Amino acid sequence: MRTLRFLLRKEFRQIFRDKAILTLIFVMPVIQFIVMPLAADYEVRNVNLAVVDNDKSTYSQKLVSKVIASGYFKLQGYNSSFKEAFQLIESDKADLILEIPQGFERNLIREDKQKLFVAVNAINGTKANLGGAYLSSIIGNFNADIRMQLVQQPRFSQFPVIDVVASNWFNPALNYKVFIVPGILAILVTMIGGFLTALNIVKEKEVGTIEQINVTPIKKHIFILGKLIPFWILAMIVFTIGLILARVIYGIIPIGNLLVLYVFIAIYLLTVLGFGLLVSTFCDTQQQAMFIMFFFMMLFILLGGLFTSIDSMPYWAKLITRINPVRYMIEVMRMVILKGSGFQDVLPQMGVVSLMAVILNGWAILNYKKTN
Amino acid sequence: MEEKVIVCDKLTKRFGYFIATNEISFEVNKGEIFGFLGANGAGKTTAMRMLCGLSAPTSGSATIAGYDVYSETEKIKRNIGYMSQKFSLYENLTVLENVEFFGGIYGLTDQEIKEKTEELASKLGLKSEMKKLVGSLPLGWKQKLSFSVAVLHEPKIVFLDEPTGGVDPVTRRQFWDLIYEAADRRITVFVTTHYMDEAEYCNRISIMVDGRIEVLDTPANLKKQFQANSMDEVFYQLARSAKRADS
Repeated sequence: MRTLRFLLRKEFRQIFRDKAILTLIFVMPVIQFIVMPLAADYEVRNVNLAVVDNDKSTYSQKLVSKVIASGYFKLQGYNSSFKEAFQLIESDKADLILEIPQGFERNLIREDKQKLFVAVNAINGTKANLGGAYLSSIIGNFNADIRMQLVQQPRFSQFPVIDVVASNWFNPALNYKVFIVPGILAILVTMIGGFLTALNIVKEKEVGTIEQINVTPIKKHIFILGKLIPFWILAMIVFTIGLILARVIYGIIPIGNLLVLYVFIAIYLLTVLGFGLLVSTFCDTQQQAMFIMFFFMMLFILLGGLFTSIDSMPYWAKLITRINPVRYMIEVMRMVILKGSGFQDVLPQMGVVSLMAVILNGWAILNYKKTN
Repeated sequence: MEEKVIVCDKLTKRFGYFIATNEISFEVNKGEIFGFLGANGAGKTTAMRMLCGLSAPTSGSATIAGYDVYSETEKIKRNIGYMSQKFSLYENLTVLENVEFFGGIYGLTDQEIKEKTEELASKLGLKSEMKKLVGSLPLGWKQKLSFSVAVLHEPKIVFLDEPTGGVDPVTRRQFWDLIYEAADRRITVFVTTHYMDEAEYCNRISIMVDGRIEVLDTPANLKKQFQANSMDEVFYQLARSAKRADS
C-alpha cells in the first residue's frame, strides 16, 4: 500500500507537470462537447429540390409552394424537362426531383386520382431517404387538403382510415441533442481514459524508465494499480465536467439517480482503462499503441449504437456489440439520463461490464512481464 | 572463505539461433569490484540482464545473493541495484522527487528517505539542484545521480552497465570515487566498461568475446599472461579474434 502511495504521487506529479497534456485532457473534451452535438444533427434540412412541372397549373404551383414553405427544402431549379433536372442531380446541386405530370390538375379534379414522380439521389442516403419521406408526407397533406375542398365529405369516409398518432416517450420533442449528448459524453470519457492509459506505460517503455521499475521488487498488480487509479480519477473528473456542460449548454438534467450513473461509470472506466493497459503490455512503441487503440475505438464507437441503432444491425454485428463495452455505456447513459432507470434496470449491463473489467485488468497484470 | 554473491554456471541466452551469451561461468565475491569487459555485441548487457532478473536465461544456472535467477527473481531484485546503459530516471521529475520515488518503491521509511536525500545532496554537490528537473542536468551529474539511486537501498550487489559512457574524465574519476565508497560499504560492484583505465581499477575482470568469457583474472595477472604493458593491449589481442560484427 505504501508503495502504491509513492507510485500515485509520482504519476500525478508527472501528469500535472505536463501542461500540454493537461490542457488536452480538459480543454479538448469541452470543445468537442460543445461542437459535436451541434454538428451531429439527425434532422435533415436544406434538401435541394429540383421540380419538373409539366403541368404548370394552379394546383401544381400550389403544391410546389407548399413543399418549399415546409422549410425542409431549397428549390434549386424549376425545370421544364426531366433531363434538365437530372443534370442538377448529376452535378450534385439537387438531391431530389419532383416531377409533376401533364394534366395533373385536370386528373386530380376529374378523376380524383393522380401520380407524382419523385426521384432521389441516394448517394447521401440519410438525406435522400428523409427528404423523400418528408416530401411524401407533404404531398399527402396536400392531397387531403384538396379533397376537403373538392369533395363533399361524406358522413363516414368510404375508405377505412387509420390515423397513427405517435407519442415520443422520454424525449417528447424528439430533440436529437437529448439523444446524442449522453452518447457523446460516453465516447469522450472512453477515448480519454483508454488512450491516456495505453500511451502512458508504452511511453515508459520507450524512454526506458520501465527498466528501472522492473528491476525493483515492486509487485505487478501494485504497478498496474498505480497506473490505473490516476487516469480513473481524471476520467471521472472529465465525466463530471461533461455532465455539468450537458446541463448548462443543452439543458439535459439526468432524470435518474446520479449515484446509479456514477457507480456504473466507475466500473465502466475500470474496463476501458484495463483495455488500455492490456494494449500497452503488448506494444513497444507509442505508435503501435496508438494504431491498435484507434482500430478498437473505431469499432467500439461504430458498433456502440450511438450513430446507428444496434437493432438494425446484421446478426453478426449484433453479436460483436455484446462484447463492446461502449455499447453498454451508451445504453446505461441513455437509460439513466433520459428514462430515469434505477440500479435494478441497469444491473445486466453492470454485470457484463464488471466481468469485462475483471478479465481485462487480470489479463493486463498477467501479460505485464517484469522478466522477459 | 569469501562469501560468493554471484555464482554463475554455464548461463546461456539464445534469441532464436543467435546465442547471445554462451555458457558463461564465473563467481564474484562479496565486496569485490568486478569488471565485465567485452566489445560491443559480445553479450555483456544480455548477461547482466539475466543476472538482474530482467531476462530469463535459456539454460544454465546462477544464484545472485543466494537466490535463483529462474524462480526467485523478485527476491533478487530486493537485493540488487541496477543502472542501465540508457539513462532511466524520470526526466520530468526533480532530483528530490526521483530519490523519494525510488526510495519509496524499495520500501525505505520516510525518515530513511530524508536522510538518504540529504546525504546524496551533499555527497554529489547537488544541494542547489535538488528541485531542478533531472532532464535539465548535465550527463555527468545524471550518471552520478543514477548510481546513487541504484545504491539508495543499500543493496548487496550493484550492476552498472557502461555507467561512464560519454562522460568527461574528471566526472569519471568522481564516479569511480563513488564506486570505491560503495565497495567500502561491502557492496559488490559488477561493472561493464569500454575504458581500459577503468578496467585497471577493478579487483578482477573478465573479458567476453562472441558470447563467451575468454579470460578472467586480476588486471595484473592478465597483463602478465598476455605479456602486455596495458589492459588496452590485452583487450586488443582478445577482441581482434572476435567474429561477430559490431552491433
